[in-house]
Amino acid sequence: MTQVLAISFSLNGKTIAVDVPAHMLLIDLIRDRLDLKGTKRSCDMEVCGACTVLLDGEPISSCTTLAVDVDRLDVTTIEGVTPPDGLSPIQQAFVLHGGLQCGFCTPGFIMAVTALLKTTPHPTDAEIRHYLDGNLCRCTGYTKIFEAVKSLAGRQDAA
Amino acid sequence: MLPSPFQFERPSTIADAVRAVGESGDGMFYAGGTELLLALKMRVIRADRLIDIKGIPGLDCIAVNGMNEIEIGARCTHRKISGDPVIREHVPALASLCAEVANIRVRNVGTIGGNLCFGEPHADPPTMLAALNARLVLVGSRGTREVHADDFIRSEMETVREPDELLRVIVFPRPAGPVTYRRFKHGERPSVNVAMTWSLNADGNTIRSARVRVGALGLRPQPLPVVEGALRNVAVAEARQAIETALPAALDQLEVNADRHGGADYKRHLAGVLLLRSADEAVTAGGSWLK
Repeated sequence: MTQVLAISFSLNGKTIAVDVPAHMLLIDLIRDRLDLKGTKRSCDMEVCGACTVLLDGEPISSCTTLAVDVDRLDVTTIEGVTPPDGLSPIQQAFVLHGGLQCGFCTPGFIMAVTALLKTTPHPTDAEIRHYLDGNLCRCTGYTKIFEAVKSLAGRQDAA
Repeated sequence: MLPSPFQFERPSTIADAVRAVGESGDGMFYAGGTELLLALKMRVIRADRLIDIKGIPGLDCIAVNGMNEIEIGARCTHRKISGDPVIREHVPALASLCAEVANIRVRNVGTIGGNLCFGEPHADPPTMLAALNARLVLVGSRGTREVHADDFIRSEMETVREPDELLRVIVFPRPAGPVTYRRFKHGERPSVNVAMTWSLNADGNTIRSARVRVGALGLRPQPLPVVEGALRNVAVAEARQAIETALPAALDQLEVNADRHGGADYKRHLAGVLLLRSADEAVTAGGSWLK
């Protein structure tokens, strides 16, 4: 019989309580139960970064995280960093620098960059490359993404 | 992909966790899940119950103990180890290794104990921990035992750990000389890696003993006894030449598989290149070791 556990966590700043099967993955809770479709499933094996969400501010792969593991913690998805009107400074920088084409990897990149700039507001080129090493983009060739992040590295209001 | 359903338990002591895993059916310890959940999702293994050890206090401590040894709790994430002041001071090469494992998301939740227990041949920590002469402390229903890192991984994805034994802590002597780790990789996992530790004499100019381990070539990390012998009581300044001389014979003794990371000759060659670069690094570090 499937075990169901009651969990409560903060999702994009709002506390929610849900019952989840023990074996449910966080990405399925987010996308299918909570209907937040911005988080993308791609490689499904923690390599590509498309499913990146923040758990207590740190990037994780929601495709390979159990929903029960976010109990009492703080989850942020792409919807949580997108203003009601318009785009965040990070999103604007991606648009301005052509840091996306098909856009499928973009939510994951935005989440990773959000976490990076929160802890390291002025990352060096090497820090940017190292941090984003685990986010894959098959369109841009990365240079445009790197330039977008670099344009934010010196700004105070980036995050 | 979804894993098959399992029961989920959150014990708060090691004893309860060991008991829970030992109960009926297939129970497994669970922490970061970066390896285990992947395998469950692909249905290459199955578990009736996951025993979450994240709520057990004390499994994520890092400290120098009274025997001048470094202890790393098995549940420490790669991220924690990479930023830990004790590791950065005494074993900076291990901090750097952990800062480069897989990617930022895996490092945030993946643990060093889980990495070891998975026994994946293309992994970073096992080679390094074998070179550091680490012991792994296992707690099971029949008591506690220590296993040398060299003896822990038996083969691909296979260790000597019993299913109801929890890896509690990793212990190794505080290094008395340079420690190096180098790898070559195509993707996220090392294709070949080399770890080397030197214990220097009190004057800092001579190598008392050396440990060299090569990983990802075969089923488990392998020692290079010919190189270790060649480095015994050798002046630091002569170390590179000693390794170069011993290298062809040493590389011949390695068991090397061809796999998707490359052919056997290619991987064997890479091991030699990495070892010589490590030698240069250790010679440079050796000069400043006593300062």
